[in-house]
Amino acid sequence: MSKSDRIFGVVVVLGALAYIASALQTPTSFMSDPVGPKTFPVLLGAVAGLCGLVMVLRPDEEPDWPDLGAVFALIVSVGVLIGYAYALKPFGFLIPTAIAAAILSYQITPRPVAAVLTGLGLSVGLFILFKYVLGLGLVPVPKGWLG
Amino acid sequence: MELMSNLALGFSIAFSPFTLMLAVLGCFIGTIVGALPGLGPSNGVAILIPITFTMGLDATAALVLLTAVYYGAMYGGRISSILLNIPGDEPALMTTLDGYPMAKNGRPGQALVISGFASFWGALFATVMLALVAPALSRVAYQFGPAEYFALYLLAFSTLGGIASNNQAKAAFASCVGLGISVIGLDNFSGLPRMTGGNLHLMDGVDFLVAIVGLFAVSEVFFFIEKHGKGGAVGVKLNKFRVPWAEIWSTRWTQLRCGIVGFIAGVLPGAGASLGSFLTYMMEKNIAGEKGGFGTGVARGVAAPEAGNNAAAGGALVPMLTLGVPGSGTTAVLLAVLMTLNITPGPTLFTDRPEVVWGLIASLLIANFVLLAMNVPLVRIFVKVLSVPPAMLLPGVTMVSFVGIYSLTGGYFDLLLMILFGIMGYVFRKMDIPTVPVILGILLGSNMEDALRRAMVLSDGEWTYLFSSPIAVGLWIFAVAGFIAPIYFRNKIRKPQAVTD
Repeated sequence: MSKSDRIFGVVVVLGALAYIASALQTPTSFMSDPVGPKTFPVLLGAVAGLCGLVMVLRPDEEPDWPDLGAVFALIVSVGVLIGYAYALKPFGFLIPTAIAAAILSYQITPRPVAAVLTGLGLSVGLFILFKYVLGLGLVPVPKGWLG
Repeated sequence: MELMSNLALGFSIAFSPFTLMLAVLGCFIGTIVGALPGLGPSNGVAILIPITFTMGLDATAALVLLTAVYYGAMYGGRISSILLNIPGDEPALMTTLDGYPMAKNGRPGQALVISGFASFWGALFATVMLALVAPALSRVAYQFGPAEYFALYLLAFSTLGGIASNNQAKAAFASCVGLGISVIGLDNFSGLPRMTGGNLHLMDGVDFLVAIVGLFAVSEVFFFIEKHGKGGAVGVKLNKFRVPWAEIWSTRWTQLRCGIVGFIAGVLPGAGASLGSFLTYMMEKNIAGEKGGFGTGVARGVAAPEAGNNAAAGGALVPMLTLGVPGSGTTAVLLAVLMTLNITPGPTLFTDRPEVVWGLIASLLIANFVLLAMNVPLVRIFVKVLSVPPAMLLPGVTMVSFVGIYSLTGGYFDLLLMILFGIMGYVFRKMDIPTVPVILGILLGSNMEDALRRAMVLSDGEWTYLFSSPIAVGLWIFAVAGFIAPIYFRNKIRKPQAVTD
């Protein structure tokens, strides 16, 4: 018996209800078509909620969840990616890319030297590819660093 | 001969040196993308869209490049199936069943060549059929009003949920998630914001490219992190070989049958290449019977799924181009390409933008010959690609995804959204919830809602209008049947598992 599907199903039902509630808050203008902006989202919420109920009542086999170590690696990676997303603009392309790529590489195969080399190689290689071959406007390092 | 003049127009575009170069480049990149384990046609094309877009290629050129990548990836998928027993993409799963045993029997080269020819035949047949069938279907599509379109969208979602997944409720839920996301943003009719939660970034809605790259590419990275790069099978080294002409000739009927069946499977909405390779393999296995030795590494077992999946890949372009309804995950991605380029697929595409359609068809024909050349004599080059370690490949995929989305939107918000979609894709795939309906929902959501609301405007709110024409009723019946019928078949037809050693 699968607990994951039941829990997920409950989350889906609650989410669907919240979605419907939020759809009902949609402002309507006085000039509207017969259907209006609320019907479609409410319909979707209803179908999704029904699917959630089916998941609760007839769950599939338990999926193969990762062990604690892998979960930790995943959380680290998500954190790195979020940091990378914020860092791209203020810090330019080269440095954040090298760091993020190295950490990701280390998470996949824990060999420090190879990971650092992968980070550096990807950072420089992709920069050349994007900037000079494909002509995308990337900023290598923050303005002012190169004078 | 309208067809001939159309093809002449197409070839006049495709034979320009620049377009030709793009087709060759696309084939090359595509074969690599397909061969790399962990990158298939959908995520391969997905990460390339934003980059192609920012390069400022015109519509035809971008389309030629990306469909060449798509076809190339369908060819390339077999390389890792045969040598590593890891399907490069989902449709290539069936190729592992006979391809890997054949490689282990000391004939990997022959397996690659036979499957290369089968791929060529399947894709060629499908492209020719595409040129013949698509214009006719586009004329039928002119009969479609909003009520028919609404039913058609429903059909696409229900067959996708019914045939291509293991659990109806989960597939339907995934469709709702996609459609629900498409609602976010300004309402097309009233111009007022919906479901944005007051967030200014969400006013324009969620960009489908962000969702596609997140769900397909970033989630793949998470899978590799979870496995810590394990599961990399010991590959089979390529042997010295001659092209086994006699053996290829012996599979001619298999290839012909599988090309036809694969094409039909591809045209069906929601079915796509995975169904094509599955159906054709099972069909040939039944025809060959016990003596056929399927599963032990026979030529027909290698040729069947490859002819089938490449024919289906071409077939899937038919509903995508004529109706704007994609038949599979990869064609959903190609639909995203068209939408990014401001091309509206559908019957009007054939009359308004003939240069796009016929240029595309002509380039596909050319791409096919290029791919045959790359995949038979030059296959050794692509085999080298298999030795790229995941620890280098996956960070690369991530960075390309980030740069693509970043250069498209220039802000961190869409990057965060992309990461969110990556997490969602990971959890969904863990729970056996298909992610393709999510993409399809985001892509088609606003069209589907518009169709519904336009139909209601026409009928002044009378719901029975949705079932008022024979075409609409037929589509509704197929939609319901396509969703429910697989529940009963599922116990009878089991997907064969990949061979383990």
